[in-house]
Parts: sequence; structure tokens; C-alpha cells
Amino acid sequence: MKAAVIVFPGSNREGDVLRALRQAGAEVHTVWHAETELPAGTDLAVLPGGFSYGDYLRCGAIAGRAAVMGAVRAHAARGGLVLGICNGFQILCESGLLPGILMRNANLRFLCHRQKLRVERNDTAFTRAYAKDQVIDVCVAHGEGNYFADEETLRRIEGEGRVAFRYANAAGGIVADANVNGSLNAIAGIYSEGLNVLGMMPHPENLIDDLVGGTDGRGLFESLVRAA
Amino acid sequence: MRARVTVTLKSGVLDPQGKAIEGALRSLGVEGVASVRQGKVFDVELDTGDQARAEAALKAACERLLANTVIENYRVEIAS
Repeated sequence: MKAAVIVFPGSNREGDVLRALRQAGAEVHTVWHAETELPAGTDLAVLPGGFSYGDYLRCGAIAGRAAVMGAVRAHAARGGLVLGICNGFQILCESGLLPGILMRNANLRFLCHRQKLRVERNDTAFTRAYAKDQVIDVCVAHGEGNYFADEETLRRIEGEGRVAFRYANAAGGIVADANVNGSLNAIAGIYSEGLNVLGMMPHPENLIDDLVGGTDGRGLFESLVRAA
Repeated sequence: MRARVTVTLKSGVLDPQGKAIEGALRSLGVEGVASVRQGKVFDVELDTGDQARAEAALKAACERLLANTVIENYRVEIAS
């Protein structure tokens, strides 16, 4: 598995995702946003978390139109895997690779805490190491994670089984209290039509080592390495 | 040529920032405010004097970057 982690001005979680991918056994390269190509043989392109371009205009708006996104778009069109975490999810939505948008959290606060997610399906390249409906522990750290799409788009995403993760309670219940940022249908992550692009707000790369509180995030990176 | 682009949230899209401002105005005792929606204004200087070219450039700017048409509308006014 060869992964390319894209770095934009203001990205700050590339080191963590790089470590998570290497731990799972991937060969990882970092790619600067001004590049127009991904390294030859790239299986997975990763857009890490952070505050690209200082969140100017809208979160992910400027990065979503950066030179390297042409290469990421072509990679996705070929069926290549793309993972966007947090700001990476915002960038994928702004670039049009995923539908909808991430708006200001409903409670207007920056959220930074541990959070349970329910894995909606485990038959994709990203989630094979999990069980369907498994509840996993992740971290959230965002101010704009409130997923929004128009009614028709939302119906299509749900109808095609493209919700990857939902905010849940410890029992896997999708309840209002667990929907920390007010996302429609408690959506924490969605897939593209071909299931090869995943955008998610929470950070699985934060929980890959018992030393820092848990390893539930490992499954995502292990799934990806297994898939390639 | 100069233009002003105004980007506003589509009706029906929840605007928590507007709501917070609305609440702050109420707590300040400003009377007569029924609701507030927050938007953005861009003042754009164009290097063309041609109306049609300016309109085309501004439309491209709005569609491709200034507005996210999933949630936002835009309005362009060119100063005569």
C-alpha cells in the first residue's frame, strides 16, 4: 500500500496520520499542495486535518481548489482511494468530490473530546477490520462539522448506503444527545458513489496506541492497507 | 470597474451565527429586530471596462469560489 498525504498551508495533523498509516504497514509519502501529480503508484491519497489557509472564506474552500486537487480528482476518478479527515472532509466537500457541506457546529462551540461512532457498513476498503454496527471510540476536534445537504442529496446518500459513520452513544444508539454538532441524520462520515472516497469529521488517527488512550482508530488504517 | 458581490445563506439553511447575533442584539435592548441572517460582502476591482466581460468574470468567481451554492446565494452589482 502506497499512500500520499497531502499537505496544505495550515494542515497540522499530517504527522499523526502518517504515523497511523506507517504503523499499519503502508509506505507513506507527503505531497505539497502545489504539486500537480501524486507519486507514481499511489493507492491512497489522504487529506489530513488542520486549518488549511486559516479557514479563510469557508473551511476547505481554498484548499479544495489547490493545484494538487486536480491530481486527487483524477486519482478518485480512476477508482483510487481517497481519505479526508476533519479539514480533509471539508476540503473534499468544497472540491465537489463529496456532496454537501460542513457548517458551524449547532451549539457554536469548538468541540474537542472523545466520541463514539457507529460503523454503518464494513464492506468497504475503509472499514473491513470493523464489524457492522460496531461502536468505536474516536476523537472529535472541530468547529465546523455540522453536516448539511439538501433534501434530495441526503435522500440519495442514505438510499445508496453512503453513510460511513454516525455519532452514537455507547450502546450504538443514534440519539440527539450523541449528535454533538447537529449534523443531519447524525452523519459523521460519508462515501462517494463508488465507495472509494471517504470523508469523516472525527480523528481515527488519534487513537492508534494504548499509550494515548485507545486503539479503535487502527481498524481504519489496517482496512486500507489490506485493501490495496 | 468596480463590483460588489453579496453572498447570503439560502432560506431554510440554519444560520447559528445569525441566531447568536440576533440574541446579542436582543440582550443589548435593540428593539424592532425580528431576525438576523449573516452573509459576506466582497468588493472586487476589475481590470476591464467591458460590462459583458466583467459580468462573466464575476459569475465565474461566484460559481467557482466565492459562494458554495449548496447553501449560499450570490448577488452581483457592478458600479456604473
